[in-house]
Amino acid sequence: MTIALSQFDEVRLDRVSRDFGALNALRDVSLTIRRGEFIALLGPSGCGKSTTLNCIAGLLPVTGGAIWLDKNRVDTLRPEERGFGMVFQNYALFPHLNVRQNIGFGLKMRGRPKAEIDRKVDEALSLVRLQGQENKLPGQLSGGQQQRVAIARAIVIEPPLVLMDEPLSNLDAKLRLEMRAEIRRIHNELGATTIYVTHDQDEALSLADRIVVLRDGVVRQVGAPRELYEAPAHFDVADFMGFRNKLKGQVVAIEGDRTILDVEGARISGVARERVSVGSTAYAAIRSDDLEVGEAGPNAIAATVDTIEYRGREFVGTAHSAGGLDFVFRSHVSVEPGSRIHLRTEDERILVFAEPVQGRH
Amino acid sequence: MDAVAHAPAVEHGPSLRQRLAARGFDAVTLLVVPAAIFTLLLFVYPFAFGFVLSFEPKGGGDWLANYRRFFSDPFLYETIANTLRLAIPVTLVNLLLAVPIAFRVRLMRRQRLLTTILVLPITLGTVLVAEGLLNYLGPQGWFNRTLLTFGLISQPLKLVHNYWGVFASLVITGFPFTFLLTLSYVTGIDPALEQAAATLGASAWQRFRHVYLPLLMPGFAITFCLSFVQAFSVFPSAVLLGEPAGVTRVISIAAATAAFEEYDYSMASAIAMIMGFVQLAIVVVVLASRGLFYRGPASGAKG
Repeated sequence: MTIALSQFDEVRLDRVSRDFGALNALRDVSLTIRRGEFIALLGPSGCGKSTTLNCIAGLLPVTGGAIWLDKNRVDTLRPEERGFGMVFQNYALFPHLNVRQNIGFGLKMRGRPKAEIDRKVDEALSLVRLQGQENKLPGQLSGGQQQRVAIARAIVIEPPLVLMDEPLSNLDAKLRLEMRAEIRRIHNELGATTIYVTHDQDEALSLADRIVVLRDGVVRQVGAPRELYEAPAHFDVADFMGFRNKLKGQVVAIEGDRTILDVEGARISGVARERVSVGSTAYAAIRSDDLEVGEAGPNAIAATVDTIEYRGREFVGTAHSAGGLDFVFRSHVSVEPGSRIHLRTEDERILVFAEPVQGRH
Repeated sequence: MDAVAHAPAVEHGPSLRQRLAARGFDAVTLLVVPAAIFTLLLFVYPFAFGFVLSFEPKGGGDWLANYRRFFSDPFLYETIANTLRLAIPVTLVNLLLAVPIAFRVRLMRRQRLLTTILVLPITLGTVLVAEGLLNYLGPQGWFNRTLLTFGLISQPLKLVHNYWGVFASLVITGFPFTFLLTLSYVTGIDPALEQAAATLGASAWQRFRHVYLPLLMPGFAITFCLSFVQAFSVFPSAVLLGEPAGVTRVISIAAATAAFEEYDYSMASAIAMIMGFVQLAIVVVVLASRGLFYRGPASGAKG
């Protein structure tokens, strides 16, 4: 393998801001990415994750802060001077150039000798497993193949940093899983430092070394996938990490590391992730996987089943309580819609968050 | 299995309406009828009539007499060269002006206002533009008087009643059309392609040369043809602003002279046929050259 990526130690975003008129799409985003890391920028649409990527690529000028590649400031450079490889959401393959010309485009623009271009394109083709397709036009390729060309084209220029903007969102479910594994394999083979934008937490959890959760242009939490999954720091991060049940209640007691909430008369005890005080309003967040049909008792709440879906190994149902709370739960047995059940889980599966401040964080 | 057993036996094939629809003929097809009649009455019939008429010389003689006369009389056949000398440079200048402006305008947020301003000359009509230019560029016009006042020239420049007067008028009236077509082709290209080229290290010129230009060539060819045909049929400005007996004696003037001064409709038709043929020949050459370029969709996205 002679595709050798440029060597550097870290990419640093220092209080990067981006305004669109009065709208602050990004506010003081600071982040350090070390060489070889795979970072996922995760968040709902409009959270600023694509804006961050475009600012790093140079496609959008920053309106505040700076971006550093080791000791060199790059946010003042034009995109063609930064030399970062980018994979676009719609691939942005040149429709008039064949696969080989598309992949070799960056090297040709740099005026590299033809022999070198040919050799590197061949390597990139074999890395993304597209040998035999090199003379086809992009329009003649399937979505997955176009994706591979886009990746090859971005890495063949040996960039210090590879930027990927929701690269899998245009693929069908099966291909998405396949290409996810491919992206991981290519990352393992090359060790390319990668920033990957996605709104899919499964993608972020399975691919990334570290996940950055953005919301309303602000970094909410940075951490390893496991850390975010098991211990989200904020209510909105938890929401994004699959804590679909949000039970609003009053804090009635704090006993050691357990915080006890009164939710519609039921006693729910969980682990507080934010500071809450007795008497304040708080939320108990429970993942739908952890909420099961069980007996009345501690940590159980009465509910009426609305729907039940067969999911192969188990059932997933929705239910509501007398007070109007909605639940998503799982069950090993089918329960009839309309029937009265108790939903429960273990203390350590319940996270307690303070009531989020309204508006922007 | 029950469902199959109870299904009624198929007694008839698809109805006539269904069979016609399968071949693309349905009620919607009728919507083209008015346009078809219109074209037939106002284009096909006059064209066919003129075509036949051109082979029936007024002064007798054999059926090719008109054409023979045209190509043996320099006063007539030179009108082709006169017209091409105007139409081709004007079209190229318009296209060369339109491309950079379209590239800038595509990035603007207040595109509509600028587009409106640029399109205004179309609404003025050639005669109004010609009269304006006569006043503005004439020996006593503002342009010459301003230059004289500042001492930049000692004699008024002769800018009308010659080649350049017609040239200026054709650029003014032809540019908006060329520009609008060019703009629509330029904005039809996915901006992500340019961004991709930039991240791959292509400079602004390289992005134009290697991404935009190849994708735009077919559109430029169409734009050239449509603008060229407009410029080729120049008549009012060639008479009003040009030298209609000399360098701007264009082919349409020759046809008008034959028809309305000599009352030789047969000869006029022959000239019109020749005019049409020259236009067609240029258009065919330009459009055929499109085959040298990529002509698929100009977006990188999977279709």
